[in-house]
Amino acid sequence: MDATQANDPADVRDGTTTERTSDRELVITRTFNGPVHLVFKAWTTPELLMRWWVPESFGINLVGCEVDARTGGRYRFVFDVPGQPEPAAFFGRYLEVTPPKRLVWTNEETDDGSVTTVTFEEKDGKTHLVLHDLYPSKDALDAALASDSTGAFPEQFDQLDVVLASAE
Amino acid sequence: MRILNYMVQYQSHFDASFAALSDATRRGVLEQLVRSDASITQLADRFGMTLTGMKKHVSVLEQAGLVATRKVGRVRTCRLGARTLADEAAWIERYRQLWAERFNALDTIVEELKRQEKADGRDTGE
Repeated sequence: MDATQANDPADVRDGTTTERTSDRELVITRTFNGPVHLVFKAWTTPELLMRWWVPESFGINLVGCEVDARTGGRYRFVFDVPGQPEPAAFFGRYLEVTPPKRLVWTNEETDDGSVTTVTFEEKDGKTHLVLHDLYPSKDALDAALASDSTGAFPEQFDQLDVVLASAE
Repeated sequence: MRILNYMVQYQSHFDASFAALSDATRRGVLEQLVRSDASITQLADRFGMTLTGMKKHVSVLEQAGLVATRKVGRVRTCRLGARTLADEAAWIERYRQLWAERFNALDTIVEELKRQEKADGRDTGE
């Protein structure tokens, strides 16, 4: 987390900004060097989505991707997670699909998941994207933050156990 | 890795955290509170303990900053403490990195689609 590196204007590929804009909302922005119809296509075509949705550094393998990118359609991403016997799934429903301007979907793998809204706007051959992740409540967003930061608890506890045992 | 950050950032709290986390019930209470806030009574029921016993556990977690409690009327509600939530900035940075990585891969695909479209003479009507 080198702040000077993150702000380096030479790193033109990574102009991603993130901000918690309210008690229950996170906003991400990014500009892509291409027209909006192509960016939108990459967000709504399963074969293309599969190629960018899971960062390589995560070490998990996307094994299934069903996307019915129409208003009311459903989506489902299935992952193999190393060290876990069962694959994990992310799924939900498109509340709105308005090509090539706007996508709205639910995240239903948890009871109080966010609703994600993505808007696309083309200017001078580039596409500016704004993504809103709106949680149902402050508590839901706080829980998401906490569950991730504490998500490694079992692993941390194992490590703590080892440390404790060796301290005895 | 994270356990190391944990140690560096919270060294002053470390003894208290260490003691708080060394108990299975208290770890269970934290895991429960990650899912939702709960009253001491609910926690006592869930872990099959007396109210007094659970109060002691919660007090240890509270002193370590892992749990915060608030009394409304006769009910004391427990939630994750500021210490547990202090990672918000780090979480948001990880969230940004996740999207940045996705978007870098997406850049490549957009470039590819642009080239393809050019080659097809911008015939995207199919």
